Formats: sequence, C-alpha cells, structure tokens
Amino acid sequence: MNVTIVDYKSGNISSVINSFKEVADNKIIIEVTSDVGKIKSADKVVLPGQGSFKSCVDALQSINGLVDCLNDFVMNKKKPLLGICVGLQMFADVGYEESETKGLGWISGKVTKIDNQNGKYKLPHIGWNQINIVKGSKIFKDIKDKSHMYFVHSYEFVPTDKNSISATTDYSSKHVCAVEKENIFGTQFHPEKSDKTGLKIIDNFINL
Amino acid sequence: MLKNRIIPCLDVKNGRVVKGINFVDLKDAGDPVEQAKIYSDGGADEICFLDITASNENRDTIYEVVENTSKKCFVPLTVGGGVRSVDDINKLLNCGADKVSINTAAVENSKVVVDSSKKFGSQCIVVAIDAKKKGDKWEVFTHGGRNNSGIDALEYAKKMEDSGAGELLVTSMDRDGTQVGYDIELMSRISSKVNIPLIASGGVGNLDHLVEGIKSGKASAVLAASIFHYGKYSVKEAKQYLESKGIPVRT
Repeated sequence: MNVTIVDYKSGNISSVINSFKEVADNKIIIEVTSDVGKIKSADKVVLPGQGSFKSCVDALQSINGLVDCLNDFVMNKKKPLLGICVGLQMFADVGYEESETKGLGWISGKVTKIDNQNGKYKLPHIGWNQINIVKGSKIFKDIKDKSHMYFVHSYEFVPTDKNSISATTDYSSKHVCAVEKENIFGTQFHPEKSDKTGLKIIDNFINL
Repeated sequence: MLKNRIIPCLDVKNGRVVKGINFVDLKDAGDPVEQAKIYSDGGADEICFLDITASNENRDTIYEVVENTSKKCFVPLTVGGGVRSVDDINKLLNCGADKVSINTAAVENSKVVVDSSKKFGSQCIVVAIDAKKKGDKWEVFTHGGRNNSGIDALEYAKKMEDSGAGELLVTSMDRDGTQVGYDIELMSRISSKVNIPLIASGGVGNLDHLVEGIKSGKASAVLAASIFHYGKYSVKEAKQYLESKGIPVRT
C-alpha cells in the first residue's frame, strides 16, 4: 500500500509529510510527488493546499495532466482522496478568493469568505476549535465529538449537498469543517497540526 | 467555539535553547526538540522559537532545529528572529515551520510582508512588533529592541494587516522581562484597530496576567516564556486557571 501526497508546489507541505510519515512508521510507503504517473498508481492520495483558492487551482493546472489524473483517480477509479484546507476547498465548483475561480467540482458548492460580522470575528480563523461531528465518517473512527482541531483559514466551503458534511465548527456561523462523499474526504482543519487527535484522523485515512 | 491559545516561547542560540525549561529532569536542557516536545505534550497550543543567534555563520543552525522539531511536534510551530527575506521564510517553511514571524525586515521594507503573504499565504506570516511607550503613543523598535524607528505602533499594525500579515505578535518593550503584566492598553488599542488576531507578549509574571491579556488586552493568544520555563506554572495549570475565569481554552 502506498499513500501519495501531491506536491504541486503550492505552499508548505512539510508538516503534512512529517505527520503522515510519523503515523505510517515505515510500514506504509508515503510518496511525495508531482509525477502524474506515480499519482495514477497510488492507492490513496492526499491533496494539501495553502495560500489562496486561486493560487492552488492555478498550481494544480500548471502541472500537465494532473487535474485529469486526479479526476480519474476520484471519479472513475473511486480511490480514497483526502483534501486538507484549501485541498478540501478545491472540491467545490467555484471559489471566490482573489477572483472567481473554477474548482474541481467533485462536491458541488462554493467557497466564500467567512462573514466577520463587521469585525466581530477576526480573520483568519486561527487556532483550536471544536468540531461538531454531524455524521459518522470513516476518518472519524475513535474521534470524539467536540474534539479540538487546529484551524487557519479565512474562507469556508459551502456545499449544496448537505449530506456530504461530516463535521462543522462554530466561528461566525456553523461552517463546514469536514466532508465525506463516498471515496472523497476533506478537512478544513489541519490534522497534521492537531496533536494526537489529528494524527488519529491521518491514521484512520491511511488504514481505510 | 474558538479557544484562546497559550504559546510558550523558547529562545534558541546557535541551535541550542538558551532560555527554556530548566526545572524538569531533562536529558539535554539545550535540546530544542526535547523542550518543544515537553510543551506540546503538556498542552501548549503552539510553540514559538525565537532565534537569537548573533553571528551570521551560525544562522543556518535554526533550519536544522526546525526540521528536527517538526518531525516530533504536531502542533503549530512559529519561528522568528533574524528573518530577512522571502527566501529566509521559504527555507523555514520548507524545514517545517508553520508560521514565520518577521520583525526588523518588515519595518525596513513592508514589501517582504506583501510578497511573502502573496507567495505562501497570510496564514503563515506573523509580523512581530516591538513597541515602547512614548508619551501617549507607542513607537516601533527594531534589531531586538536596540533601534527606535520612530514609527507609530498603531499605524504600523494597521499597515501590516493591509500588507498581508495573518497575525501580529505584539511585545511591549517596557514590560518585557519585568513580570508585571502585559501592556494592556497597547494590546487592546492595537487589537481594536485591526481585524487579524493579536498575540500578546512581554511582561507575564503570573496567571492573572494571562487572563488580563485576553480579557482586557483583547488578545487571541498569549505568549509567555519565564513563567513556564522556570516551573512557576505549567501550561496545564495556566489553562485550568483561564478556564476558571471563563476563558475558553483547549483542554
């Protein structure tokens, strides 16, 4: 079994790599690559994402064949993929950070800025917040409702298909912080920075 | 509900901790990885390294420290001290820092903040402001507090937000090392002026100071060094105290 972290030169993925390697403990191969051929043959894919929605989509598209490869992996092969932060946001049809940008369209919906209610809520939403688990998700095995996770973002994913929502968190409103749709998993929070609970989520994904 | 964060700060020089925990039975009190791990296991919400390496030839030591720490600590790691350029930020992030704090370089040239936040995202750019009271204003100091830029701290804070900073780490130079508490007025004035989170720093001597920093200073996070290093309080005790005062913390 191998888990492949997509390195598409968008932001800092060292923490993601370190956490997956820690959990894998040399028993499972963790690949880090932008090589489309290698991603094609992966058993599981992790799609991180930092920076803006637009910069991440642009970076994905700048690698020849990568978007097609990911589409095939998720939609045809139906293999498990975990999106983290902007990695999750890109599941949407469209994002509005910087400018209107088309997303991957795997889970219909949009990505919009968190309403700061005229300055009542500081943005980015940085720090530890509790998650409200709204449906049993495979990656939440042994994760307690109201667990603390580390967040850092200013935009939120608003899916039209509410059944895809697996957890929400309270900041300005109850916004979506985890999704699961068949083989597609995503977390708005950073499991790689969420201490032991976060590592457990990574462990759950690796052992799906 | 978003929790207020407690951030222990470790001073690192030439790759070794010079101001850090000195009360527990450490195998190697100078090992940054071991110290960071003790704090993260003890419930610290984030770890901050301040690199105070003076000589240029030893500057690279911080990269190794960050790399080793990020392999063992799975809470956010903020690194500051001597960060001069987008390239420095890039190197720190690649080594596993989650956030980089910029001080002097941001005062000298705000383009570093603009460029780095565009390149890496605001979420990893912290601007550190060292401020000292002068009359009814505060002025921004650089070079570890040695030089007065003469710039108004409140206006500067706003400018840094507009330049793309994701957070502000505000240290009162008047209070730093005094243990008499944060400069609450400075914190609350800056926090009210900007819409990004503020980390309060400088002057913590007891747990009530942490409470004041959050309640009156309107800080999202509180940074402290000596009260934790010298065993006066543990992070856990600090959190219990904050919770008893109605402040939401991660427990």
